[in-house]
Amino acid sequence: MDASDIRRALHRIAHEITEQTEGADGVVLVGIHTRGVPLANRLRDAIGSFEEAWVPVGTLDIGLYRDDLADRPVTNLAKTSLPVDINDRTVVLVDDVLYTGRTVRAALDALADFGRPAAVRLAVLVDRGHRQLPIRPDYVGKNLPTAAGERVSVHLEDTDAQEGVWIHQRGEDE
Amino acid sequence: MSFLGIEGHDRADLEVILDLADEFTEVLNRPIPRVPALQGKTVAHVFYESSTRTRLSFERAAKALSADVMNFAPGGSSVSKGESLKDTVLTLKAMGPDLMVVRHGSAGAPTRVAAWTGLPVVNAGDGAHQHPTQAMLDSLTIRRRFGKLDNLRIGIVGDIRHSRVARSNVAAFTTLGADVVLVAPRTLLPVDSREWPVTLSESLDEVIGDLDVVYLLRIQAERGGASVFPSLPEYVSRFGLTNRRFAAMNPEAVVMHPGPMNRGIEIADSVADDERALVLDQVANGVAARMAVLFWLLGGERSG
Amino acid sequence: MADYVLAGGTVLTANGPIEADVHIANQVIEAIGPGDPPVANGAGERIDCTGLTIGPGLVDLHTHLREPGQEWKEDIESGSRAAVAGGFTAILAMPNTNPPIDSGHLARYVSDRSAQVGLCDVIPTGCITESMAGEGLAHLDELTAAGVRVFTDDGVTVADAGLLRRAMEYLVERDGLIAQHAEDPGLAGGGHMHEGAVSSWLGMAGLAAEAETTIVARDLTLVRMTGCRYHVAHASTAGTVALIEAAKQEGLPVTAEVAPHHLFFSDEAVRSMDPVYKMYPPLRTQGDVETLREGLETGVIDAVATDHAPHAAHEKDVPFEEAPRGVIGLETALGVVRTATGLDAGAIFDRMSVRPAEIAGLDRHGNWPAPGVAANLAVFDMDAQWTPDGFQSKSTNSPFIGLQLRGPPQYPFFEGKLVWRDGKVEQ
Repeated sequence: MDASDIRRALHRIAHEITEQTEGADGVVLVGIHTRGVPLANRLRDAIGSFEEAWVPVGTLDIGLYRDDLADRPVTNLAKTSLPVDINDRTVVLVDDVLYTGRTVRAALDALADFGRPAAVRLAVLVDRGHRQLPIRPDYVGKNLPTAAGERVSVHLEDTDAQEGVWIHQRGEDE
Repeated sequence: MSFLGIEGHDRADLEVILDLADEFTEVLNRPIPRVPALQGKTVAHVFYESSTRTRLSFERAAKALSADVMNFAPGGSSVSKGESLKDTVLTLKAMGPDLMVVRHGSAGAPTRVAAWTGLPVVNAGDGAHQHPTQAMLDSLTIRRRFGKLDNLRIGIVGDIRHSRVARSNVAAFTTLGADVVLVAPRTLLPVDSREWPVTLSESLDEVIGDLDVVYLLRIQAERGGASVFPSLPEYVSRFGLTNRRFAAMNPEAVVMHPGPMNRGIEIADSVADDERALVLDQVANGVAARMAVLFWLLGGERSG
Repeated sequence: MADYVLAGGTVLTANGPIEADVHIANQVIEAIGPGDPPVANGAGERIDCTGLTIGPGLVDLHTHLREPGQEWKEDIESGSRAAVAGGFTAILAMPNTNPPIDSGHLARYVSDRSAQVGLCDVIPTGCITESMAGEGLAHLDELTAAGVRVFTDDGVTVADAGLLRRAMEYLVERDGLIAQHAEDPGLAGGGHMHEGAVSSWLGMAGLAAEAETTIVARDLTLVRMTGCRYHVAHASTAGTVALIEAAKQEGLPVTAEVAPHHLFFSDEAVRSMDPVYKMYPPLRTQGDVETLREGLETGVIDAVATDHAPHAAHEKDVPFEEAPRGVIGLETALGVVRTATGLDAGAIFDRMSVRPAEIAGLDRHGNWPAPGVAANLAVFDMDAQWTPDGFQSKSTNSPFIGLQLRGPPQYPFFEGKLVWRDGKVEQ
């Protein structure tokens, strides 16, 4: 995917969210660190471009909820911030790549500590398959069939120099 | 890896802990102030000195990270039957904790516990040696108030000679860039200050106007003080943070105290209740700072 | 016919080292043959001493053997083995046992046990005060009659100057020697280590150097008053060295000893908070260490004495501030002195045998090898490297384990008999 593919995909997702929530009423977009955060911001902008709605955006660092902490070094935790009460709202979790589902599982656990949303939906830019948990996305930018040995990297202008989605063999330089 | 003292940790280490503590402050403000980061881990609290507030703070920190907690205090235990510290901690280790939090009246005891057990150990205060989590919560409190410690002037006032809080705080504050002045009568200043990166003063009045933080230590009033200064009234008149001295402080400056306070001795009653007295912020930050230390030691594998 | 011939070594004589064979027979040195003395066939055992140094058996003025009363730490038998393994043929047993050696029969008990063990001379010392309580005089007449010449309350100071004065007056007629553990209780202040920059930063109560010098200075005035012979046990500070030097210039009958560990380590070692570095007097500053070395080299300090202080592992393996004080030293003493100082072999045997024997009044020990002299000898390999690991002592509280030292002990001869060889008692 290149930059315009990404833009089109996000626009389509923004429309789907708006349709299914009757004008994005009561929706909170929650980006999962790192690249879910700029994607959530872009979805808000996209929704705002065709709807009289300014959807609140929150951010979530799921570092403290991972089930694989022992295998990962302590890194600095990013900001978790939810600007509105999520009780009885529709939370749309936003992430770049859906793979095993473990990140989403951790994000659901984290959300549960902040309240009881009316519904939680999942929007991802890329679904690459190979789920290890019973989790499926509600909004998908692109289904990208991959082999387990491959790696998918999403680059966004906000966090990286260039923009696009690439598939690599593991160990290959990006 | 253990957290036995501030010494041996550089500025980067301390800042990682403070950054984590900032995030944990946010966690503690959530509707459900608990994260599963240390689920399945067990923290043993081994407190040879009774200290309800420090133990509760550690316990709150461990539980907010979803760790399980074992509490050990020597009263009524095998210690009263003469069991040695070594046998006690090896016995506790056999029950499978992942980390020990140790408070002991003897300097260096946590260091011995770490050597005997091979477990990560957090020093929760040892004799007059170190109390490093106190230093982290104090640093956190100052950083949250002023944004940073660099070039702040911090005065530590009171019984510095016998204070583990002073030793840890001097190390932490100076590592983080602050200038520290120790203020006390000669008998309570370090007996030999060559290794202390500080300046010394025997007059609170001379320095009070220059300080950003006035950090008061508890005077061991129950010991009477008779052997280290002539009388409590004399101490108060020279080193107490009275209303007059509080008024002489820089208007932005704050007052800190590790607790428990002796109102009317090292701190005037109304000063203790002023909004510029951060005593309760320190207590609140203590939970986040201890969460940060526990997570730093147990939340993942690090080389070294 | 000789019992032993020590062949090919360097013999430290009163006139300096010579290359010679030493013939031992009937508990004395029969002959010292410079060059190539005739050795008759079948003339006892020939021991090859090529490259080795033969001197008088070492004498320790300051050993804690813990018997009677604390035999789990050490006893006279294990302490004797530790002594001969370190090249000592005479050791003075400190009287701070349980009960303290404050009367004649207790001193005789120590002598009798020494004779039963028979590896070296364990010589009793006596308390200055009854029960070492610092209140009344011990049974000084009885002790003197039992052969005691050195009196000390080692472990604590005789703090009462009036009482010490009376002890001195009493002992001056009996040629007794007062050995003072100099540590003013008030200035010591419950300290666990040397009071200085390191203790200040570690937050441990310090024991000021002045706790020692205050007592030494006070005692010297009492020596001036009474004329009694006075000895400073385990001098640890530069200030004490200066006081002793001045007292000797004045002509006072004063001597002093230093412990090997005070020549080797400074208070920097305590940063580890390992109780193996806890001893009283405490490890002092590097400046003190250097002044003590210099004092030993110039002779202001007369002798090296181990202050061998055994403690069981479980007693010592506790937090620093709770640990008992003291380290063992008999088996590493000469090696530490050899490694830490610039003294040559002759000077080392002077400070570790000849002078201590003079101070303690021992006729049969501390004599430079010569025909007719009692064959209490020690053979060392003065230049070889060695690393202490196991000990004959019941205790292992040594800060020298694993360190590289010079001068391993080889053969001790006690009253003409080789008593120790290859890590075992010689049968």
